[in-house]
Amino acid sequence: MIRRPSLAARLDSPRVLGYLLSVPAAIILLGLLAYPLLLGIWLSLTSATIGNPGQFVGLQNYATIFADPIFRGAAWYSVFYTICAEAGKLVLGLALALLLNQRFRGYRVSRALMLLPWVAPTVLSALAWLWLLDPQFSAVSWLLVRLHLIHSNIDFLGHPWSARMSLILVNIWRGLPYFAIGYLAGLQSISKDLYEAAAIDGAGGWQAFRRITWPLLMPITTILVAFSSIFTLTDFQLIWTITHGGPTDATQVFTTLAYQRAISGGQLGEGAAIAVSPIVIMIVLAFFVVRSVREK
Amino acid sequence: MPDRREFLISSAAGVGAAALSGSLPIAAFAAESPFKPEKGASLQLLRWTAFVKSDETVWDENTKKFTAATGVPVTIQNLTWNDVTPKAALAAQVGSGPDIVMGWNDDPFVYPDKLIDMTDLVDFMGKAHGGWYDNARSYCYDQDVKRWVAFPVGCTGNAVNYRKGWAKEAGFSEFPKDLDGMLKLARGLKKNGHPTGFALGHAVGDANSWTHWILWGFGGKQANPDNSIAINSSETNNALDYARQLYETMIDGVAGWDDSSNNKAFAAGLIGMTMNGISIWYAEKTADPALFPDFANATPPYGPVKTHTISNNFTSAYVFKYSKYPNAAKEYLRFMLDSPQADRWVTEMLGYVTPALKGYSDLPIWTSNPNITPYRDALAGAKYDGFNGRPGKAAAQALDEFVIVDMFADVCVNKMAPKDAMRKAEAKLAAIYKRA
Repeated sequence: MIRRPSLAARLDSPRVLGYLLSVPAAIILLGLLAYPLLLGIWLSLTSATIGNPGQFVGLQNYATIFADPIFRGAAWYSVFYTICAEAGKLVLGLALALLLNQRFRGYRVSRALMLLPWVAPTVLSALAWLWLLDPQFSAVSWLLVRLHLIHSNIDFLGHPWSARMSLILVNIWRGLPYFAIGYLAGLQSISKDLYEAAAIDGAGGWQAFRRITWPLLMPITTILVAFSSIFTLTDFQLIWTITHGGPTDATQVFTTLAYQRAISGGQLGEGAAIAVSPIVIMIVLAFFVVRSVREK
Repeated sequence: MPDRREFLISSAAGVGAAALSGSLPIAAFAAESPFKPEKGASLQLLRWTAFVKSDETVWDENTKKFTAATGVPVTIQNLTWNDVTPKAALAAQVGSGPDIVMGWNDDPFVYPDKLIDMTDLVDFMGKAHGGWYDNARSYCYDQDVKRWVAFPVGCTGNAVNYRKGWAKEAGFSEFPKDLDGMLKLARGLKKNGHPTGFALGHAVGDANSWTHWILWGFGGKQANPDNSIAINSSETNNALDYARQLYETMIDGVAGWDDSSNNKAFAAGLIGMTMNGISIWYAEKTADPALFPDFANATPPYGPVKTHTISNNFTSAYVFKYSKYPNAAKEYLRFMLDSPQADRWVTEMLGYVTPALKGYSDLPIWTSNPNITPYRDALAGAKYDGFNGRPGKAAAQALDEFVIVDMFADVCVNKMAPKDAMRKAEAKLAAIYKRA
């Protein structure tokens, strides 16, 4: 007679225990990520409106939005916004990390303060920026006028390009700590021996950075850029609070346009199509993240 | 028993305190109600946060009176007014949330099938209070489902706000009655260092109000009665040309303005003229009592069409079908908009909301100060979103997407030729009306 293994013995098996332990995470992922994503994709293929499930319409919503100049403008600015903001955050974040990697008086406090823009609620910081960028009451303009650097207030949000660039600036400010803290962790994991060896061989600071620091920071750079790009491409609160997509739709992005069409306008199907459309870009970014993590 | 008119004249401002203290026989002024709350009913109301403190205070006190009279508790959630629309849409989608929503403009037309029929309440209140202004039907009667899907409350009326002293310096002892005169005044103000300020950003209330007023004032229309697009016209062209000239008198940065920007600029003395609800004027009473007499309000001047073409933010209350207590909800709305509750509500907030019921136009508060009177007339002759097309989903979406505002901004800020701006708006409207 064959005796069946006891429950305890089964749980001792790495295969059984492994699957068992991953069940809660799988349920959370399926419930909170996969279900909304699949529902969004399904809605984008229907004529659903608020309170009405609608009918399956195939790719009609996609055909409609791709023919819509406002959507094309929003798609263009979403990509432009993401590229500019990521470039700014990468360069400035790395510079900040290099600075904070030095030991100086108050360096611990400086590292903590650096995180403030990132941990502050986005809506609150966006409201503060709305005041800083106000055409009449901007503290930035006030200071520059008092310093005699400009003659009148800067119209940060009143023209398409100034509004676009202002939002990119605010996004860089908010996301900078994410890059800086990531790079700081990366810098601290680089062995000091490498720099000592380079110094003995006569390498200068720039050469050490180019030959040692940057190559060793590449894996973390990939992860930081990819994750941050996903956050930036799906940014909503900051843009909605400051410009509502204006002036003249100049700062519409995927998320603000999707919200406007789906929630305010009630066109759930079309709004879902707008929200789902950048998914291809995000899948590519996610691919780089996964590959980078595996290589590391 | 005094009739309603005698009561109002004799007690105007004191009505609230007396009613609240319980000394007024409330039932004596309320018509017999056909709406009987369900047993064990309780209600949740979602409404926009008041701009005038006394609005919220009196509304809450009247609600307590309702609870005392009927035993129906009412929970009120206040949200900033831009947030009411998405919250109500979410409730409609998931079938759960507040019983009653006090929302804006065409919101009820986005999900009419989810709302209970308000026809009986509308008929009852119309008969009791002298009938409804036309805007009530425009924003609350759905022509597709052929019933009243919302109960008209009123509008946060708009008027032109200006500084009397500066207008006099510019040669105008009285505010002009037509748009040509207003442009001359604006130029005079600008010349004297007091520019005008009208929002051209995505400011839901302030940008939509003045651009629609100018568009309609010149005879421009978004759509025809059959919902064919009518924006590309010589009338719209003239309106845009006028706006371009008015823009030259404006302070820098109006295209980046939100709904609070003109209030701040006007209070700070940076602009000499704007358009807003009465809150912008009333705020000065406490902010700067010495200068307060110089702040004035005027009925928006007429354009070439020579009639009122005011655009207001219309607020209505609607009840979702998922509510277990539709009768209690109707009785609550009847009670709140009936005398003496509404008398005191309108009086103490100095007419911030102009009721959609014509009977309230005889409240003494409207004539107690000439700066309040323009707001009494905010609904008389006011047009509606999507005019002259059919009110409904398409008009609601066009407003949400700032089509008219952006057309004006394209001409004024982006220096686009009016014909190109009209074509751009026409294409946007065609897409919206097609999908709606």
